[in-house]
Amino acid sequence: MSTTTTRDLARPAPAKASKAKPRRGLRGSSTFNFWLFTGPFLVGLVIFVYVPIGWSIWLSFFEARFTVTPDKFVGFENYRFMLDDNDFVGSLGTFTVFAAFIVPTTWALSLGLALLVNRLRFMRAFFRSVFFLPTACSYVAASLIWKMSIFNGVRFGLANTVIGWFGVDNIAWLANPDPPWYWLVILTARLWLQSGFFMILFLAALQNIPSELYEAAAIDGAKPGWQTFWYITLPQLRATSTAVVLLLLVAAYQAFDEFFNLLSKTTWGRPPLVELYYTALGQNQDYGAGSAGAVMLTLLIVIVTLFQGKLMGFGRGDESK
Amino acid sequence: MTTTAPEVRKTPPSAGEPARRRRGAVMGSTGLYIATGVAAFLFLIPFYLLVRNSLSTDPDITGENWKFFPTDIQWDNITEPFRDTTVDFGQSMVNSLIVGVLHTIGTLLVCSLAGYGLARIPYRHANKIFYAVLFTLMVPAAVTFVPSFVLVSSLGWVDSYRGLIIPGLFSGFTCFLFRQYFLGFPKELEEAARVDGLGYWGAYWRVVVPNSLNFFAAIATITFINGWNSFLWPLVIGQDPSAWTVQVALSSYMTNQTVNYHLIFMATAISILPLLFVFLFLQRWLVQGIAQTGIKG
Repeated sequence: MSTTTTRDLARPAPAKASKAKPRRGLRGSSTFNFWLFTGPFLVGLVIFVYVPIGWSIWLSFFEARFTVTPDKFVGFENYRFMLDDNDFVGSLGTFTVFAAFIVPTTWALSLGLALLVNRLRFMRAFFRSVFFLPTACSYVAASLIWKMSIFNGVRFGLANTVIGWFGVDNIAWLANPDPPWYWLVILTARLWLQSGFFMILFLAALQNIPSELYEAAAIDGAKPGWQTFWYITLPQLRATSTAVVLLLLVAAYQAFDEFFNLLSKTTWGRPPLVELYYTALGQNQDYGAGSAGAVMLTLLIVIVTLFQGKLMGFGRGDESK
Repeated sequence: MTTTAPEVRKTPPSAGEPARRRRGAVMGSTGLYIATGVAAFLFLIPFYLLVRNSLSTDPDITGENWKFFPTDIQWDNITEPFRDTTVDFGQSMVNSLIVGVLHTIGTLLVCSLAGYGLARIPYRHANKIFYAVLFTLMVPAAVTFVPSFVLVSSLGWVDSYRGLIIPGLFSGFTCFLFRQYFLGFPKELEEAARVDGLGYWGAYWRVVVPNSLNFFAAIATITFINGWNSFLWPLVIGQDPSAWTVQVALSSYMTNQTVNYHLIFMATAISILPLLFVFLFLQRWLVQGIAQTGIKG
C-alpha cells in the first residue's frame, strides 16, 4: 500500500539500473499497482479456470470412476470410449441440427424485430420492452411454461387446443421422437428467450447508421425498401451480425437448460452438455470419460470459433472503418 | 445531435417500406403496427399463460374446454409455494437472492479492478496476461463444469454458498468488457487526480468509479440476471435440497411424481418477479449497457 502513496517520492529515485526505458522510476510502482488491481482476478482465473482445464486434460487420460485421484493411466482409452459411444457422437449431431436452425432463425427474427421497432414512431419503448421482456425469464421457467402449458401433449395444452379448432388430433410434442416434434418445442422456446436480447444489439447498430447514407442513396435513386435494406442497412450491420452469429453459436454449444428440463426422461435430443452431465455426474460418475468428452467439445468449439472468425473477418474488418 | 438536417427522416427506411412515402405513409404505418402488434401478442402469450395458470385451480387448467380466464381467481395460490413441503421454495428463493447479490458484487469488484489494471497501468507483461484472459473466452465455462465440480468438491465446497458463488466470479468476458470501457474513459480526469497526489488506487476509487456508475449499473444488471437465471452450475453444486437455487427448485417440480399445476406456475411466476423489477426500474441502463458493452467486433 505504501508504494502507492509514495509514488511521487519514488519518482526521482532511479534505484534500479535496468535497461534504458523512459519513466524508469515509475516501474516499481506501476508493477505493484498492476498486480494490486489484476492480482485477485488472475489468481481466481488460474484456480477456477486454468486449473480445471488442466485437470480435465489430466483426468481424461485416466480411468477415473467415483474418484478424482485416479492411479490407472489409460492413455487415449477414454477418448476412444467416447468416440465409440453412439450417444456422445449423436449428441454432436443433435447440436449440429440445433445450431443449423437456431442460429439463422434467431438472427433473422431479432433483426426483423429491430427493424420493426426502429421504424415505429409511437410506442417504440413499449414494443421494445415487450420483445425484450423474455430475457428476464430463465430457461427453466420457459421450459416449464412450454412443457406444461403450451406444448403439453394432452388436449388442454395451448398448441393442441389451437390445432384442435382445425380438427387436428392431439400431438404428443415431447413424448415421441418420431416425428421429431420436440424440435419445434425447443426451437420456439429458445427463440422466444433470446431474440429480444439480440434485437437490442441490432437496434443499437441500426441507430448508429448515419442517416446521410440513406439520404445519399435516395438521391442516387435507390428505392426505399429492399434496395436500401440490401445495399445500405445490411452491409452497415456487418460487424454486429458477425458478433451476433458468433455469440449464437457459442450459446448453442452450451445449450443445456431447456434440453435437460424439456426432455429429462427421454434418450433422444441430447446435446453434448447434457450427455456429458449424465456421463460424468450420472450413475457411473465417470470423470475420465466425461473429461475426455469435455476436452473434445472444447477443441471443437475453439476450431469452429476460429473458423467462423476467419470466415466472417471477426475483429478485423470493422476496425479499419 | 450535431446534425443540421431536419429530424423527420430519423428512422431509416427499410424492408417493406412503400415506395411513395407520403401517400403510402398511412397504409405503411398501419401495416407496420399490425405486424409489430401480432409479434408482440405472440411474445406475450407465455406470460399470459403463466399468470392465468398460477391464479387458477387445477381443474380450470386441465379442463376439457379451453378457458381464457380462470372461472375464479385464486389469490390464495400466491402463498402456496411457500407452504408446500415437498420443495423448500422459500429457502431456494433466499439462496438465489444471496447468491445473486454476492455474485454481482464480487464480479463487479474483481473484474472491474482487473479490467482497469489491464487497460491503464503500464506493465511489461500486460499484453501476455491480457491474451491469457482472452483465451478463457474461447473455452465456454459450461464445458469445464466437470473438472470445476471435481475441483470444488475436493475443496469441500459442494452445497455451500462459496461453491455457488466464488468459481463464477472470474469471468474473462466481464473483465474484457471493463477493459474496453476503461480504454475509452477520458484519461484527463485521472491525470488531474494523479497530479493532485492520488495514486492509481486513489484515482480509481475517487475519480474513475464515481464517473462510471452508469456502466457499472449496466454490468451489474446483466450479471445479476445471468446469476439469477443460471441453472447448470447450481444444479451440479446443489446436491442437497437446502442448497438449491430457485431454478433448481423449479426444475425439480417438473420431475416430481405428482403434478400440481397451479403451484408450479405460481412458483415460476414468483421466481421471475425479482427480474421483472430489475427490468422495470433499470431497463434504461440495461438496454444502454447491452448496446454499449460494445459488441462491435
